Amino acid sequence: MPTIEIDGRSYEVEAGANLLSACLSQGLDLPYFCWHPCMGSVGSCRQCAVIQYRDAHDVQGRIVMSCMTPAADGARISIEAPEVKAFRAEILELLMTNHPHDCPVCEEGGECHLQDMTVMTGHTFRQYRGKKRTHRNQYLGPFIHHEMNRCIACYRCVRFYRDYAGGDDLGVFASHNHVYFGRHEDGVLENEFSGNLVEVCPTGVFTDKTLSEHYTRKWDLQAAPSVCVHCAVGCNISPGERYGKLRRVINRYHGEVNRYFLCDRGRFGYGFVNSDRRLRKAMIEKQPAVSGEAAQQRLSFLLAQQRGKVIGIGSPRASLEANFALRERLGADYFYAGFGVDEHPLITAIAEIMQSSCARIPTLREIEQSDAIFILGEDVTNTAPVMALAVRQAVRNASFEIADRLHIPRWQDEAVREAAQQEKSPLFIASCDRTRLDDVATATFRKAPDDLARLGFAVAHLIDPEAPAVTDLSEQERSEAEVIAGALKRAKRPLIVSGSGCGSLAVIQAAANVALALPEKAKALSLVVPECNSIGLAMMQGRLLNEAFQLASTGAVATVIVLENDLYRRAERVVVDRFLAEVEHVVVIDHIGHETAEQAELVLSAGTFAETEGTLVNYEGRAQRFFPVLAPADDIRSAWQWLSDAPGQTDWRHVDDVISALAQRLPRFQSCRDAAPFASFRITGMKIPRQPPRYSGRTAMRANITVSEPKAPDDSDSALAFSMEGAESARPPALNPGFWAPGWNSNQSVIKFQDEINGHLRGDDPGVRLIREAGRASWFREIPDAWRVLSDQWLLAPIRHIFGSEPLSALSAPLAERIPEPYLALNPDDASRLEVGEGESVELELLPQMERRVLTVRLSAELPAGVAGIPVGLPGLPGTAFWKAAKLGTIS
Amino acid sequence: MIMDMNTPLTKNIKPDRAFATLDNYLSTGGYEGLRIAIKELTPLDVQRAVKDAGLRGRGGAGFPTGLKWSFVPMGEDAPRPKYLVVNGDEMEPGAFKDRLLIERDPHQLVEGVIISAYAIEASMAYIFLRGEYHLGAQRMKQAIAEAYDRHYLGKNILGSDYSLELHVHTSAGRYICGEETALLNALEGKRANPRAKPPFPQISGLWGKPTVVNNVETLCNVPHILHYGVDWYQELGRGEDKGTKLFGASGRIKRPGLWELPMGTPIREILEVHAGGMQEGFRLRGFLPGGASTDFLLPEHLDVPMDYGAIEKAGSRIGTATMIILDDKTCPVAMVLNLEQFFAQESCGWCTPCRDGLPWVVSILQDILNGRGRMDDLDTLARHTRLLGPGNTYCALAPGAMGPLQSALKYFRADFERFIRQNTEGIGRMTTKNTKGFSLSAVEGGQ
Repeated sequence: MPTIEIDGRSYEVEAGANLLSACLSQGLDLPYFCWHPCMGSVGSCRQCAVIQYRDAHDVQGRIVMSCMTPAADGARISIEAPEVKAFRAEILELLMTNHPHDCPVCEEGGECHLQDMTVMTGHTFRQYRGKKRTHRNQYLGPFIHHEMNRCIACYRCVRFYRDYAGGDDLGVFASHNHVYFGRHEDGVLENEFSGNLVEVCPTGVFTDKTLSEHYTRKWDLQAAPSVCVHCAVGCNISPGERYGKLRRVINRYHGEVNRYFLCDRGRFGYGFVNSDRRLRKAMIEKQPAVSGEAAQQRLSFLLAQQRGKVIGIGSPRASLEANFALRERLGADYFYAGFGVDEHPLITAIAEIMQSSCARIPTLREIEQSDAIFILGEDVTNTAPVMALAVRQAVRNASFEIADRLHIPRWQDEAVREAAQQEKSPLFIASCDRTRLDDVATATFRKAPDDLARLGFAVAHLIDPEAPAVTDLSEQERSEAEVIAGALKRAKRPLIVSGSGCGSLAVIQAAANVALALPEKAKALSLVVPECNSIGLAMMQGRLLNEAFQLASTGAVATVIVLENDLYRRAERVVVDRFLAEVEHVVVIDHIGHETAEQAELVLSAGTFAETEGTLVNYEGRAQRFFPVLAPADDIRSAWQWLSDAPGQTDWRHVDDVISALAQRLPRFQSCRDAAPFASFRITGMKIPRQPPRYSGRTAMRANITVSEPKAPDDSDSALAFSMEGAESARPPALNPGFWAPGWNSNQSVIKFQDEINGHLRGDDPGVRLIREAGRASWFREIPDAWRVLSDQWLLAPIRHIFGSEPLSALSAPLAERIPEPYLALNPDDASRLEVGEGESVELELLPQMERRVLTVRLSAELPAGVAGIPVGLPGLPGTAFWKAAKLGTIS
Repeated sequence: MIMDMNTPLTKNIKPDRAFATLDNYLSTGGYEGLRIAIKELTPLDVQRAVKDAGLRGRGGAGFPTGLKWSFVPMGEDAPRPKYLVVNGDEMEPGAFKDRLLIERDPHQLVEGVIISAYAIEASMAYIFLRGEYHLGAQRMKQAIAEAYDRHYLGKNILGSDYSLELHVHTSAGRYICGEETALLNALEGKRANPRAKPPFPQISGLWGKPTVVNNVETLCNVPHILHYGVDWYQELGRGEDKGTKLFGASGRIKRPGLWELPMGTPIREILEVHAGGMQEGFRLRGFLPGGASTDFLLPEHLDVPMDYGAIEKAGSRIGTATMIILDDKTCPVAMVLNLEQFFAQESCGWCTPCRDGLPWVVSILQDILNGRGRMDDLDTLARHTRLLGPGNTYCALAPGAMGPLQSALKYFRADFERFIRQNTEGIGRMTTKNTKGFSLSAVEGGQ
């Protein structure tokens, strides 16, 4: 490790770093704007200047930009020399010449990097007398406010949006001090990661519109360590609460998972927590229960009366604890997983492959390091968005190799991009329809699911002849497979990505074969599942929903307890209708109202992720714990509490008891105890406060009612407190509600919590992997026949939308604005055969039930002929892909 | 003929505004340099000749041309394609030297490009022309077409193994495009922001490939060095530096214009002999020897020779060597404001000191001229000249812009103070007639 001297002291720094990141890694304060830890250096803002000395005899030195200067062994620099401190203050003064003095009314105030850096440089007195330049602001859609006058032109927004996230509708316009960052005209920012602009922007140009609706300063927000519930990636988040309402969600760095960025579904999808459709009161026969206890008694009564005739249906969006409590309460034989009827075998197969395969399941950080990726059948941007962001970075590995050859440091962002031009690491995407990663793909292949699987099987065989061969490959299929297999074989860190997205078991098995075919130590497989706890639930091995339906039809089910699940999203309407009619007593435990709950005799109001504690298992088998950010009100209780509070049933008092029982009962969950410290954890005798040290509004919050403060709610379930008092330092990352350091009020303060810049959190990244690669694996051998277009019916291929395919986020008003109208995607040739055009209606006769639907046609040139795309979960459409085929016709 | 040998760059340029056709060019030894280079010399020989000749960049920075070429990776393993790019984005106020060479003897540039591209084994060359140089673009394109016809360009030039394609690209028009890396970005269709150096263009230039960017005039020297030899070239200079140079002068002199003279010609000779001295009724107060981005010099510096080192020693730069004259009837503060407005306008907006510092300078100068100045404004201006100095900014635009300001503060401080004092003493506002009245006329003169 190189040793550098900073202001006369020696420091060992990481090799290959620049001076800025080396200084920050050492815990030193050095102001910056254009640099971003994972977007590298461009040297535009000139804020991070230091003095560099040639040698011990050089007392003059020269000013260099620390972000653009390698921290070479023996480098001697000064941060504190008066002339460079003056320089930095002058640069800041220049940045402030046009910046409005609107901090008191600016929503960035209190977590503004520009404020922090202004204080840090010591610039306090304004000498500039001229007029400030002004800009027109733009409407950028339901997520983000635009206030260009505040812009200090650090270029981070466009660098994130265009270079990092692959967007093209935000740009920089004009020049000199009129540079303008916005769209070519007013309109919705289209990129799926636009919300990160809020955190990427060092000041208040881009702010969270959803926060603005019920604005609260950062220092008045109560926060908690939490995990996003809107897909299976498991991004760590820091939700913020005040007055019992969830106000916003921001990123919470995790060194292996999400690191700096969230997707817009995760950031803006929290509205369901505050929704009118929340179930806040327990309901008995559609009437509010007298009390929670009364409802509880009703449940106990039902359970006691009908022993042996009660089944439970779990949910992939409910925590391990909730599902386990249901399973435990009723017995494993009576526990049904609650996956969609079509997706149950897929998710189970995925969980099985994950637990038995010798392929490694890479973290997002590892995905970013892959040098060849083959995506088979998954539109990752719409099913696991932040994973897609990682894939987008992975294709840059080729450019880093070019940069290395030219001796350009990898962090010198513009120069690396310039040197590499369009050179990318191989990325092959085989899918039914176009995907949002196509723009960085080496090649794309559009096929029906069976053909996708065949391509995968063929690739596997080409890499490892032991893998079963596809015997009747066409010439074209063979050459496609050869191209992909060749690139994967040449790669040092290849990766296969697939999942349940296109609804095909064969595709998943083919992907598993490809991963297995890769050389020893290079086997890496990412399988995407749809929901936040799909893997956790699959590992619990519940029974099939269809079996429950069958059992009910025999009259063997008197009571069903549906846990956090709307069955109408999981199976066909007629089937669910029949089931609910056949079951005498329907009990729903959920936090949100839906059609199933409307038919329930007993509704027990559960908490969302914002009010309860629980554990979720993400796509990589990582168990991560989320903690309540607000104390539950009304009748809201954790689902496990509803299920365990029945007298005499269990001795569970705290969530930790449930976790311990789970670990004991099902050994594969053993280590989930370690996902976060238990409730008894203390730091020098103190709990960890959820409120920031400057929670100044605390005393005023209820002053209009009474001046005496109510006692803060007690949280006996965790080591966190609903308080501003407690341990401020040495918090384990799994219990850290958010990032803050003295002088660093914005989320940039994360650098103070990393073991090195871009590294892991000090004290270890949260969560624990339940699954490690196993030694055994065998080939899947069921290779489907080549798919043939049928003359009278279309195969329905599921299309996923980041906005709309996931039900909870769809309830968030700003997000709902972005949900497309339901449609049917058709190949233009097919459409003209049917004599329908874009926007015209087409009638679907769904097979085999012959249910009829009318949908608007959307043309998609890339869909294979004979395949129609059906968007999953859009209003009026099934939540999983149980529609498999349809006859299409024009409306007569 | 002897006269021609002393003015190799302009020997084909006649006062009648006609331009040298291919035949004209060939009749005075045109494409001989190319023939020698391709038939008799290796690329490294050509590099060596240009290095030995002592040719330095004529675009402003004066970097030795042969040395610049020597950083290009050569040989079998070098990344390909390699590019030669001609910087013809002449937008410096007061500069019009490249225009003359482009419009009036286009084949000279074409030949220079081919030999230089050969020297670095480039297979593709671009001439990046200032957008307003319509006539130049037209004549360059014609010359290039003729060169293709004669196999000076294209596949297997003059029957050799060497091939080169040459294109003209006209700029959309920003001063910053004259900065070589901003030029490359503009050529790639990106925003014309400069790039960080290192990496230098020789390592990662156009499209990330090895690239040399040379000024028009620099390349026009190359055919003659190859044709007439290093010794001949070296003898052309009168002082330290070698060869001849186009020297220009504009302002209130009798004959504003452009002259090809040996390097090292004293400023006095240019102004008094060639430009005919000051116009009647005007006295010389100072001049910007190298154009708008260089420091003022005073009449006391008239005997300094126009050599890179000598001008630097006197406190300025030779720049484009197109002098701008400050006379005694023009307000130096207004002249500086005019220049700074230009630079502030032309800042690309990438780095903070340039983007936000130059407008501040402009606003202070406007305040001073409009009777709102304060004595401490001069300190603020002086502070900016350091803050926007070399190394502190991303490229050389802002440090160049500080040249006239810092020297004006040094030499014409009394003028600044007079404006400010008249304000602070309550005498009333000075006339600001000259604020807008100062103009930078670029008039092409005869020889």
